[in-house]
Parts: sequence; structure tokens; C-alpha cells
Amino acid sequence: MSELAKATGLKLFWYTVWARAYPRLIGSFREKSWMFFETVLPLLAVAAFVFVYRALDAPADYVGFAVVGGAMTAFWLNVLWSMASQLYWDKEQGNLEIYVMAPGSLMAVLLGMAVGGLVMAAARALTILALSTLLFGVSYQLGSLPFLAVIFTLTMIALYGMGMLFASVFLVAGREAWHLSNLLQEPIYLASGFYFPVRAMGFWVATFASILPLTLGLDAMRQLLFSAGATLGFLSVPAEASILAVMGVLFIGAAYQSLSKLEARGRRDGRLIEKRR
Amino acid sequence: MKESLSLKRYRGNTKWRSFTVAAWLGWQVESNWADPFLFSIYSVARPLAAVLILVVMYSVITNGVLDTPLFAYIYLGNALYMLVGAVITGVSWAVIDDRERYGMLKHLHLTPMDGYWYLVGRGMTKLLVATVSVLITLIFGVLVFGLPLDWATVNWGLFLSSTALGLICMTGIGLCLGALTLQTARHFWSMGEAVAGALYLFTGAIFPLDVLPSYLIPIGYLFPVTYWLEAARRALLGPHFVGFPTLAWLSDGALLAILAGFAVGLSVVSWLYYHWSLHQAKEKGLIDMQTSY
Repeated sequence: MSELAKATGLKLFWYTVWARAYPRLIGSFREKSWMFFETVLPLLAVAAFVFVYRALDAPADYVGFAVVGGAMTAFWLNVLWSMASQLYWDKEQGNLEIYVMAPGSLMAVLLGMAVGGLVMAAARALTILALSTLLFGVSYQLGSLPFLAVIFTLTMIALYGMGMLFASVFLVAGREAWHLSNLLQEPIYLASGFYFPVRAMGFWVATFASILPLTLGLDAMRQLLFSAGATLGFLSVPAEASILAVMGVLFIGAAYQSLSKLEARGRRDGRLIEKRR
Repeated sequence: MKESLSLKRYRGNTKWRSFTVAAWLGWQVESNWADPFLFSIYSVARPLAAVLILVVMYSVITNGVLDTPLFAYIYLGNALYMLVGAVITGVSWAVIDDRERYGMLKHLHLTPMDGYWYLVGRGMTKLLVATVSVLITLIFGVLVFGLPLDWATVNWGLFLSSTALGLICMTGIGLCLGALTLQTARHFWSMGEAVAGALYLFTGAIFPLDVLPSYLIPIGYLFPVTYWLEAARRALLGPHFVGFPTLAWLSDGALLAILAGFAVGLSVVSWLYYHWSLHQAKEKGLIDMQTSY
């Protein structure tokens, strides 16, 4: 306690990150029944799309595309509901005013949310992936494991950076945050090609959809995981990796700017923690 | 306020009053967060995107050939399924909204209303919004993808009667879920979606049930939605259209009879279960529970 009280600068930032990540890390393993619902629901959707491909006699790799896309929905849903909407929930429940009053920065709080959320979502995604692979007999042709790890890491940095940016945007949106999160599910699954190669949407739609890190990340991962992936890919894997790296920097920078502005405006107008329903 | 509610007219009949006021309240809750333009985009974008995912999947595999019976069945199944999700989750979410979000459930149950019909009314708002989404999706399908719907050859009798029975069944399922939610402290957020997701998989909404492993196919026969989707698709596409083979052996009359059986059964079960569940919730002090879960 005394050590925490003295923490300043980077040390305080670090402590704040882990303090916010802690309940998510512990909570996700303490409340194991969450895992059931959060893996079964996406699994049902994946299964439905797999059976559509089977009804169409699609090549086996398409089943794999749907399975990997379905697993990645765990990250997108986590970003929407546990990052973007989180500050709004916190405001509704009275936590936001505590965050604002605490000496740690809101950026560290958001980073802690991202770290905790990432671990939660990764556990769900891995479970969905493993179960779907077993149930539907998906076979992978892994090109390069280190490259796959790099792509995944870059995708997650950019994605959660975007989630941090969305958190302040959604906070301003107020009660519309709920509807915004709802709205950003199926349309994003469509635009980003969660269940089919994004190239099928055409060049311009795929380019526009590439503003979402999961579009390029998913495309690159499919290229590295499936034999048909390279021929159905949107851009080359190195190009997608480079764009993802740039996105990561931009989103985190924008999140910092946005949060600073929001905090300043909130302090000036005194409406940051106002509850309206 | 007085004009829009016109409470005097409804005072005589508690069930009707509860139903209509709940439907009006549901509409306010659903729509008043946005201007009509934004609300209409919101109401259409999600379902349209969901159906377009299937269109793109189908198109990728068939190289853009969409004028096949399978495509029409998949498209229609997905479009009509919007009603299933909306009614089932709409009814059960009313309990979550009133109890957890607005903290109003205890106050509602202090008023002279009929809670069963109140929940049905709340579900009707979602049904209304979903009906508009279905209509737009169907029109979009006809105009953009050449969906073979000819309004002149539609068997309206079969369509309307099967849809009415199907909606009674779905409302019954939603009421059972709502009743369960009254007593549930955890996972109530996901129950409606879980049921709707399971039905999506097992009712042949977007693929023939025969594609499922043989040991899973019988599960589909347990749900009224399976029969409603088959009847509605037959009615809309005409008698000579080759549909999914799973229920091809059942006549239109048999489908309606099965749906009628389900409708009666689910109405009775939902009424009994709701009242038992409400009693339990009151006895255990759960009616004003706010779990923040």
C-alpha cells in the first residue's frame, strides 16, 4: 500500500495498467461459466456457416476460413463490448468518476482494459478454434509460425488501439453506445470478410474495410494457414503486416489525443460523469 | 401524453391495456434514442448485412450464380429468421431492461397490470421493427438478386396462417425465457441469443437439415420454427418450387396442424411457467434484484 502511494510517473502508469487488467484476468478464470456462453454462441454461428459451405459443396479450405473468422469474432466482440463500450458502462456504474479522481492516467486504465480483455478474448478464441477444428476436421498448412505470430501481434495491437480510441468516442455517444456496438457486429463481419475471403467483396470495399485491423489481419492469417489462402488473399502478407504496424501506431496515438481532449472537455464542462438515460 | 396513451379506453380490460401500453412503451424504449433516419438505418443495416454475408458466401462458391432454388431457400430462410430472433429475445429482454437497466420491474409489478400480456406487448415492438427489416430484405432480394417472389402466386392463406401460428409459438418460447430470466441472476444476457443461435442451427433456416450429422437431425423436428420456415417458404415460392428435402414429405395441412399443436402447447406452458416463475421471484425477493452482472 505504501509502495503504491509513492508510485509516480512510469511506475504509476505500470501499476494502473495492472490494476485495471487484474479484475479481467482473475474474473475470466474465476467465473468459468462465462467461458461456456462466450464460446458456445460464436460456435453456433461458426457451425451454421460451416454447414452452409457443406451444403454448397465448397472446398475444404472455406470451412477453415469460416472457423478462423469465427474464432476472431471473440476479439472483435471483446473490443466492442469490453473496450469501446466500457467507459460508458463504467460511467453508468459509477466507476468512471473513481478513475478520473485516481492519480493514474486514463490511458493506463484503457491499456489495462486492453491487456485484460486480450487475454480473456484469446482464451475464448483458442477454445472456439480448437473445438471447431475438432468438430469440423479442419486441416491447416502452416506457412511460417513466427510470421503468423508477428501478424497476430500486430493485428491485436492495432485492434485494441482502435478499441481504446472507440472508448472515448462511445463515451461521448452516451446511451447510443449500446446501439453503436450492436450496429458494428454483422456489418463488420460482412465488410471484413469474417466468413469468406475479403477479396470477394471487390477491391474498393476491401480497401475501405481495411481500416479495420481485423480485415487485413484475418486475410494475412488465412494466407499463412491455408493452401488456398495465398490465391484468395487481398494483399501480400508483408504489405498487410506493414499496414497493420502503421495502424497500431496511429490508433494508439489517436486514442491518446482523443482521451486527453475528452478529459479536458469533461473537466471544463463538468459533464464527463453525467448520467443520462 | 394523455392523447398518445388514451388510458380511458383501456381501463376495462387489464390484459388488453397491459398489452397495448407495453407495446407503446417498448416502441419508445426502442426508438427514442435516435432520430427516425438513424433509427431506420440501424434497423435495416444489421439484418441486411447478415443476409449479405450468406449471399457473398453463396456467390463465392457458385461464381455468382444466384438463380437456384437453394439460394432462394437460404435467402428467404435467413430473412424470415429475423422474426424468430426478434420475438424470442425481445420478450425476454424486456425483463432484463426493466429489472437491470431501468430498475423498474418492481414498480411495474405494483401496478394493476397483467405481467404476461405486458411481456407479450414488449415483444411486439421488436416484432414490428423486425417485420419492416424482413420486408426490406425481401424487396432488396427481389430487386438486386432476382429472388423468384411473385406476389400474385404467393399462397397467402398458408403464409398468413403459418406465420400467425409461428409467431404464437415464438412468443411462447420468448415468454418461457422471460419467466426464466425473472429467477436468473447470471447469464440472462446470453440466454435469448443462445436459444436463437441454437434454433438458427437446428431449424434449417439457412441449410437443409440433412447436411447435419444424422444424430443431430432429429433435434430440428422438436422446434416449431422448423415447420414455420418450411411452410412460409413454400407459401412464398409456390408449390412447384424445389425446396429443402427434409420436410418435403409433409403436406401444407400437416405443417399447419403441427404448428397449431405447438402453438397451443407453448401458450399453455408459457402461461403456467410465467405465473409460477413470477410467484417464485416474488417469494424469493428477486423481483427488484439488480445484479450488475
